[in-house]
Amino acid sequence: MIYRSLFPRDIFAELDRLQREMAQAFDLSPSIRGFGRGGYPALNVGGTQQSVEIYAFAPGLDPAKIDVNIDRGVLTIEGERDSGLPPTDEKTAVHINERFAGRFRRVVSLPDDVDPNACDATYRDGVLHLSIKRRESALPRRIEVK
Amino acid sequence: MTNHVTKTEAARRDAVLPPVDVIEDATGITLYADLPGVSKEALNLRVEGDTLTIEGELSLATPEGLQASHAEVSVPRYRRVFTLSKELDPDKIAAEMNHGVLKLRIPKAEHAQPRKVQIRVG
Repeated sequence: MIYRSLFPRDIFAELDRLQREMAQAFDLSPSIRGFGRGGYPALNVGGTQQSVEIYAFAPGLDPAKIDVNIDRGVLTIEGERDSGLPPTDEKTAVHINERFAGRFRRVVSLPDDVDPNACDATYRDGVLHLSIKRRESALPRRIEVK
Repeated sequence: MTNHVTKTEAARRDAVLPPVDVIEDATGITLYADLPGVSKEALNLRVEGDTLTIEGELSLATPEGLQASHAEVSVPRYRRVFTLSKELDPDKIAAEMNHGVLKLRIPKAEHAQPRKVQIRVG
């Protein structure tokens, strides 16, 4: 443990450890694929009686390059985001680099009653909004008693 | 007085910390911030003294009767505060929004620009 003795009070390592412990304590453990909360894009999912609504917070993308697929009830949102950082040279310095860059893929399993052919996708202010209609046969209806 | 109270209350409201990139070159600083769902009108940029505040309200087109089942973004607001250093010129900040990404260009003041000093040999 040369490292320990060289830097006996490494504040950053301590903070890292603290953060991990907090995450455990609040049960925010990430999945094995590394994407817990805070993955890119962040997803909000909700539904109405007529549709399932999915909001993907995916800023800075070219809408033509977002790949949305529905296959056997599984929705996949895929794409790639450029870092936008300039090539590093002597005159530029990157002070903070927190924004996501690279390929991303998020998967949502949809309820059984949605109609994959009736999916409407819009991209506005960096939010991808998918609205997937539920099947007619699955909509609640009133049955008349004769 | 009332105004003061509402101001502090506003500051206390929960907000998401947006991820940023900050790049410095010879003539200034470029800042990118991810603010998905914030339109140009809902963005609030302020410089008070040497404090730069980026704030934005998130608005989504939600259909009536929507019930959330899973939410990773649960607060409809972004806020991040930076302290500017002296050589930056807060009057010349340029901002643009593109697909939910804010780009800020903060140039360095005239006197802080790099210049080549000629050395005379005599």
